[in-house]
Amino acid sequence: MEQKIYDYLLQLGDNSMILGHRLSELCGHGPNLETDIALTNISLDLFGQVRHYFQYAAKLGIKGKTEDDIAFLRYAHEYKNCLLVEQPNTDFAYIIVRQFFYDVYHLHLLHDLVESSDKQISAIANKSLKEVKYHSRFSSQWIKRLGDGTEESHRRAQVAVDYLQPYALELFDATPVEEELLDQGIAADLTSVKKKWLHQVEQTLKDATLTYPTNEFSHAGGKKGVHTEHLGFILSDLQYMQRAYPNMAW
Amino acid sequence: MATAADILTYLKEVKDPEIPVLAIEDLGVIRDIEVNDKKVHVQITPTYSGCPAMDMIEVEIKATLQEKGFEPSVELVLSPAWTTDWITPAGRAALEEYGVAAPLDESADKRALMGAAHEVRCTNCGSDNTQMVSQFGSTACKALFKCMDCHEPFDYFKCLK
Repeated sequence: MEQKIYDYLLQLGDNSMILGHRLSELCGHGPNLETDIALTNISLDLFGQVRHYFQYAAKLGIKGKTEDDIAFLRYAHEYKNCLLVEQPNTDFAYIIVRQFFYDVYHLHLLHDLVESSDKQISAIANKSLKEVKYHSRFSSQWIKRLGDGTEESHRRAQVAVDYLQPYALELFDATPVEEELLDQGIAADLTSVKKKWLHQVEQTLKDATLTYPTNEFSHAGGKKGVHTEHLGFILSDLQYMQRAYPNMAW
Repeated sequence: MATAADILTYLKEVKDPEIPVLAIEDLGVIRDIEVNDKKVHVQITPTYSGCPAMDMIEVEIKATLQEKGFEPSVELVLSPAWTTDWITPAGRAALEEYGVAAPLDESADKRALMGAAHEVRCTNCGSDNTQMVSQFGSTACKALFKCMDCHEPFDYFKCLK
């Protein structure tokens, strides 16, 4: 049982950590100062939440893994984040649409996890939820600004929505661990999260004069450890200090 | 033997490293104090999950109590989650004095962060003719505003519930 909770915590943490890292890459590179600060603030919130998950996982004492081991000393196939969050920072519309898809998922996931029968997961979710409300407000506003902005911003936002939507659908593919922990009342119910996600995403896109794709195919693999080439590059950056100076601590 | 109230008095010296006029007690992050002779156990809760000040606050609590001859331990607790409602009236006054507008109630906060005018008062001249510049500011807990009358930019401490 503890092994399953450990796996679930890593999966929750990995999504936010890899997205947090992607956002941290934008530090000093945002399109303007306010957006730069917002994206890096969101990154900071995500990393803080990840630390809560990993600290809890470390407490479970599986193979003596510490918080730093979990964050920095795994190989690519041992990370269980979905493919969406490892997609690169290309066009600004991609950055915003990736964030929007994830934020809306994250919001409803946490709402569900607040009710988790695991007290610590519930506490982390309750804490994180307050922060994620701000994130989703930020990305939703940008969706409207881009979609209902100029012809060019509309076109690029729609391209990003069409490209990233199949990746977003992987978020709702339940792994065996998620299914088993759902039965125990510990994990979130991804079927109900998806329903709420779809409703909110479709409504916001509509307000932004954008169209939700009819596609139902999902680019999956990340939750099973099969990643796109991007994750390797992320890890070489993220793990650099621990690999170059093993066991270093702040 | 020292009581929890004595310990709290000592901890008044510990300030938020990012808002150095604000005692952590007034910020509402001290949740519990247990005293057992020389051993003191302090429970604190983070404001924001990623707040980098928490590590610093822990170090300072320990240093302050060690200086008074105690053997302190500090524990981070997440539940119940911190809210801006726990900032004391003294804390709100200290924030305003320092130039950070204190958090509004939840609905006014939402209006202000959606761009509504006349919600947040300028900490420099007191005018409510202010405008939001960015929902996210210099630290996780703040948003950036500017005053349209005296033209000063200032921080607003966001409501967190």
